[in-house]
Amino acid sequence: MPTVVLSSGGSCRELTGGLTTFEVEATTFRRLVLELEQRFPGLGKQVEESMAVAIDGEIFQDAYGAVLKPGSEIVLIPKIGGG
Amino acid sequence: MNYIDSNLKVVGTRPIRPDGIDKVTGRAVYSADTRAAGMLWGKILRSPHAHARIISIDTSKAEAVPGVRAVVTAADFPEIASEEAFVGEGPMNFRDLSTNIMARTKVLYEGHALAAVAATTPAAADEALALIDVKYEVLPYVIDVDEAMADGAPVLHDDMFTAGVNPKPSKPSNIAKVVTFKKGDADAGFAQADIIVEGRYTTKPVHQGYIEPHACLATYNPDGQVTIHASSQGHFMIRAYTAKLLGLDMADIRVNPAEIGGGFGGKTLIYLEPVAVALSRKSGKPVKMQMTREDVFRGSGPTSGASMDIKIGAKKDGTIVAAKQVLRFQAGAFAGSPIGPGCMCGFALYDIENVDVLGYDVVSNRPKVAAYRAPGAPITSFAVESALDDLADKLGIDPLELRIKNAAKNGTKTHYGVTHANIGFEQVLAVTKAHPHWTSPVAPGNGRGIAMGFWFNIGGESSATVHVNEDGSVTAATGSPDIGGSRASMGMMVAEVLGITVDRVRTTVADTASIGFTFLTGGSRVTFATGMAVTQAAEKVVEDLKRRAAQTWDIPVEAVEWRDGMAYPAGSNAGAFEPLDLAALALKAGRTGGPINAEVSVNAQGAGAGFGAHICDVKVDKETGHVEIVRYTALQDVGKAIHPSYVEGQIQGGAVQGIGWALSEEYIYNAKGQLDNPGFLDYRCPVASDVPMIEAVLVEVPNPRHPFGARGVGEVPIVPPMAAIRNAIKHATGLQLTDLPMSPPKIRAASDAAA
Repeated sequence: MPTVVLSSGGSCRELTGGLTTFEVEATTFRRLVLELEQRFPGLGKQVEESMAVAIDGEIFQDAYGAVLKPGSEIVLIPKIGGG
Repeated sequence: MNYIDSNLKVVGTRPIRPDGIDKVTGRAVYSADTRAAGMLWGKILRSPHAHARIISIDTSKAEAVPGVRAVVTAADFPEIASEEAFVGEGPMNFRDLSTNIMARTKVLYEGHALAAVAATTPAAADEALALIDVKYEVLPYVIDVDEAMADGAPVLHDDMFTAGVNPKPSKPSNIAKVVTFKKGDADAGFAQADIIVEGRYTTKPVHQGYIEPHACLATYNPDGQVTIHASSQGHFMIRAYTAKLLGLDMADIRVNPAEIGGGFGGKTLIYLEPVAVALSRKSGKPVKMQMTREDVFRGSGPTSGASMDIKIGAKKDGTIVAAKQVLRFQAGAFAGSPIGPGCMCGFALYDIENVDVLGYDVVSNRPKVAAYRAPGAPITSFAVESALDDLADKLGIDPLELRIKNAAKNGTKTHYGVTHANIGFEQVLAVTKAHPHWTSPVAPGNGRGIAMGFWFNIGGESSATVHVNEDGSVTAATGSPDIGGSRASMGMMVAEVLGITVDRVRTTVADTASIGFTFLTGGSRVTFATGMAVTQAAEKVVEDLKRRAAQTWDIPVEAVEWRDGMAYPAGSNAGAFEPLDLAALALKAGRTGGPINAEVSVNAQGAGAGFGAHICDVKVDKETGHVEIVRYTALQDVGKAIHPSYVEGQIQGGAVQGIGWALSEEYIYNAKGQLDNPGFLDYRCPVASDVPMIEAVLVEVPNPRHPFGARGVGEVPIVPPMAAIRNAIKHATGLQLTDLPMSPPKIRAASDAAA
């Protein structure tokens, strides 16, 4: 199963009850968001609306279809804009 | 298709910029140049107080002024519930955005808008503004970030409870959010360190300093259709925000992008457009609004100022073993400073096992901050790169060698969890080490400093169309406002794919009703993401042209090849046909399927991070405290430079803005919390005579995720200058400055203290 890592402390960790690393059964980013929302109500919404995700090191923003592999590391980070 | 290893004929050359003639002859149409028949002039009443409750607003006298056609206040805008969304260049709360453009119950900074007038002349509008009677209950205010965090500070928002702490606070405060990033065990790392440096650094909010003030022309038609002419970094952003703040359908709003006179992040949110639409709706006339420079300073967002503590530990051989940083960012009157990237960028350049970063997003009675090139990164890097220079001094190691020893590489895992891939930092450092500026001796009495910079770069949603016109010329349209030369680079990529010269391609910026959604121009995304869209659109056109040639010759499409702007039979077996160029195929388009065009929309991923190194030589006048930048070199991994002149310009511009941030730019508030220097005479941006020629060195490490290898370039160059200059001043004078700007009074004071 892919492993989710919360890189940033703050409101995400409030929603996970302090958990920073956990496994989630998902093969796409969209499924991951749905699973997060089910397991930690509010987290999926937060991830979708204000976070980016790094899948095995690469940052994806707004990509439901991004593929997760068994053993993939998914890092949740603040969404990135710019100037 | 990927062209990185192709023999490129257009990409990488330096054609004359397509917008150049209009701009140098004054013909370019900016927002303030737009007019409409029967147009009214809209003006805004701004708060004279830094913090006050609005008791009442009486507009009756203003409405009676001859020529006044409408007056609006917050009562003319729908109340919006608190709703967080990431829709622009950072997290946005629409209630805050609405309250920022028109105060509802409190004014939160001097310059906060609280009413607006539309009149037949600017003079009548001014007269009416002066007659609006506002009753205030003046409240205590706080400007400084550390004071805003202190117990007993005036609280701006009764409903702001710090997010990100457990348990949730029971009292409201000015700390909107706390964020942390941890990797390894910083305390254990420091226990292994032979040398530790520590410091406290402060930076001031600085304005993007775009030459063109915000302006717009809005028309609300009786049927509910709205037309807006405005310059911005994203006309789709204007449409979305205006619709949200006024409760309109996006389909009822058409935004025409005007030429833009600079943005640098400051035009990624709105101030005037919903107000102009509200005035137009009330008056039945088009309404034009434009800020003065004073309005820009008082009412629009600079970037954050900050205070920071930093601690870095290393082994005697220079291996950094631990780093800690605490960052406190001013958000202005509403939450939303770039504290996230601020916490992420400073140590992203280095491979450090143990990192601990803590950030605070803090509101105070100043204008709401807006994005500014690489939001957050220049601030954090001022502290990190200064501390690294002090560490190099203590270790007796060359400061560049210290960076080389600890540099992030492909595969390095950052403290925020992302693993670097396809980066060119090592190559930048190698070119820097060999550069004549770095290898040349420092002139006696001068000082040399070096510092590094990083920015993520982003991709995102873009749309582009490519049309082959009836004569074989080509028009490309995108939804990206052209801030950094995108019309040129888009046209060049289209020409390269089509195999024609770039003068056969004209690129335009299409309005919101004429092309698919395109995210705003920011995050150094356009050459990457919109470039991907326009390249794919051109490729679709080539496929279509091949099909049409095959139909013309009555051969299979597989037997047609496209090169140098023409269709050829692919070998003798395909038949003996004269090649068909674009003009020939366009002439017969009606017989081969109709108009030749393609539209592509993408959500581009894989932007590829950027790294830079800046070297700076300074001479310090010890009598006056004036710092002269004697020589400045900026080296950067730019991926593949599509139009090298524009890329160099981006790097030079970023460096100059950083020089201003380092040496002269700051907001000065008086004892009433009012801004005392809202103009370019007293808010001192560097001008051409303040800086030497900035040498931009392009290090090209192609980004494999882009068809031509492009990566963003516009943000990295503003990251290193402050520390590079600070380090140079230190080596010239021995002064270890920690507070920006390093203006003459501060240098004099530090000199006196040292003496």
